[in-house]
Amino acid sequence: MNKITKNNDGKKREAIIVCRDVHKWYGHFQALKGINMEVGKGEVIVIFGPSGSGKSTFIRTLNRLEEHQKGQIIVDGIELTHDVRNVERVRMEIGMVFQQFNLFPHLTVMQNISLAPIWARKWPKDKAEKAAMELLERVGIPEQAQKYPAHLSGGQQQRVAIARALAMQPKIMLFDEPTSALDPEMIKEVLDVMIKLARSGMTMLVVTHEMGFAKAVADRMYFFDNGLIVESGTPDDIFKRPKEDRTKLFLSQILTH
Amino acid sequence: MRATAESIGPPAPPRPVEWVRKNLFNDWFNALLTIVSLGFLYFALVAIVRWALVTADWRPVTVSPLLFLVGQYPRDQLWRPGFSLLLSTFLIGMSWGVWERYVKAFAIFLGILLGVLALIPLETPTITFAVRAVFLVNPLLIYLGYRIGRLGAVKGRHVAMFWLIASVLMVLVLLPGYKNIPALTEVPTSAWGGLMVTLLLAVGGIVLSFPIGVLLALGRRSSLPVVKISSILFIEVVRGVPLVTILFMFSVILALFMPAESRIDRLIRALMAMVFFSAAYTAENVRGGLQAIPLGQVDAAKAVGLTNFHVTTLIVLPQALRMVIPAIVGQFISLFKDTTLVVIVGINDLLGIGGAVLNLSPEFVRLNMEVYLFIAVIFWIFSYFMSYASLQLEKALGVGER
Repeated sequence: MNKITKNNDGKKREAIIVCRDVHKWYGHFQALKGINMEVGKGEVIVIFGPSGSGKSTFIRTLNRLEEHQKGQIIVDGIELTHDVRNVERVRMEIGMVFQQFNLFPHLTVMQNISLAPIWARKWPKDKAEKAAMELLERVGIPEQAQKYPAHLSGGQQQRVAIARALAMQPKIMLFDEPTSALDPEMIKEVLDVMIKLARSGMTMLVVTHEMGFAKAVADRMYFFDNGLIVESGTPDDIFKRPKEDRTKLFLSQILTH
Repeated sequence: MRATAESIGPPAPPRPVEWVRKNLFNDWFNALLTIVSLGFLYFALVAIVRWALVTADWRPVTVSPLLFLVGQYPRDQLWRPGFSLLLSTFLIGMSWGVWERYVKAFAIFLGILLGVLALIPLETPTITFAVRAVFLVNPLLIYLGYRIGRLGAVKGRHVAMFWLIASVLMVLVLLPGYKNIPALTEVPTSAWGGLMVTLLLAVGGIVLSFPIGVLLALGRRSSLPVVKISSILFIEVVRGVPLVTILFMFSVILALFMPAESRIDRLIRALMAMVFFSAAYTAENVRGGLQAIPLGQVDAAKAVGLTNFHVTTLIVLPQALRMVIPAIVGQFISLFKDTTLVVIVGINDLLGIGGAVLNLSPEFVRLNMEVYLFIAVIFWIFSYFMSYASLQLEKALGVGER
């Protein structure tokens, strides 16, 4: 599985995610109509597009929260199929952050973060909690460790969610509109954490409309519409030289509102 | 000094006299209503108290308290239910020490009640000094258990294990006994009765039906067609049939199909019927909780790499069960009261003993008011403490939800 992809910066990177002709139907509605994408180790990918374009569905197929019905998805050398053990192995290597945070409300912040390392990685409790504390410091809220999610602000909750995903020491992080449910003054604190993470070399796929974030750290951007990739390229290509009319129209709408 | 927002507290609540004037005597009509209601309450209370203390004839209750407690259990073997009681109160005390407030009120009340019962000056030959002594030791054992529970060496799971061992010991060894052991002669369940049987059925029914109900609820949502269909079938059939019917089915029909020597004991059959019935209702209550869990919770739990088993046991069930505590406790209370239906299949539970006592002597026949009131009070005490404990549990578990 040592496919080499060539990126805009000219460096050659080992592909960690390979998608070939991925299709997905909900009943008769086709959500994905043949997605091809290769992501190299350490790349930061921004996916954007109108709602219903299939971008969330696509990143959810990468850790098989959604099953694709046609095509091939290979993550870190493991193909996603009906084999449950493969799916669990892949999920341990992929962290995911959701629009609605989805923290576990009956557990403290500390328990939210240390749960998966304890049960899925079989770490001893004190090791998992020590690691969780370090992550909380990294996202800037170590003092909230013993609180319940409901007692935190939206921005704090999303930072806990990032720490929870990082606790499994994933090779890839997926972000599904991580700032869309946040009040404007909290968006920055979450983006700052994500930018730090991107600069640390994490492979990231981010569904977002935060174009500032894309300009700052994205290696490549993909514009999704109607279940297809309409256009892709570096942030420079997309912002300064968009080729497709659909892309131009969408960018003009989200950049000038 | 400028008043800040913090220094202005909420307005002080009105003094009692003001409150009465404002709410009960604010115009002539309300004043009239207040006076009439107070008068009614006064006369009703006086009538009730006078009836209870003067008119009522409590002899059916006082003539044989042991009958209400253990039924026809052989009097020379009374140490066995007595020891079971002591073991239970000790463990209740220990549960109080470990789990604090859910058990606290019940443990204290039970201790006081049993202590007071021991000292009631009844001139009944069956109440020997030994019986009184057993009752009197209970409060001490509860306290002893509490102190031990507080030591910190005993954890919740230990107490749960003690309870399991103790109940198996009591129900399978101590109370029924064995044919071949003279010290533990066999006591057939037909001789068991009274509160002992009521509590055995209720506690057994609750403890056994809960896990079955949870499994059925999960089964009903399973993606495996066989599991799903059999769960739905079980739940819908049992829920569509009255408890009396199920009791009859288990006690009569089941017996018909089994050879006489391998017949399951009558009491066990009744218990099985209660468990089946309660499990179906528990399943539907739990399903309500499962459906209320947002899908995002499952997504998030899967995304961090938890297996399906852990997603269910660590994320979904804890939240779902917490949500349905009120419904489940309500259902357990009604199961507790439904145990009285076993009279129909010839088991002398508390209510059955009540009926039997009324027939003890011709003088007692018209005293059903006293007997049934006495039984009602006993049921109320236990039911009330169940709902009290559930409130405490809800409060304690609701920590993260605010």
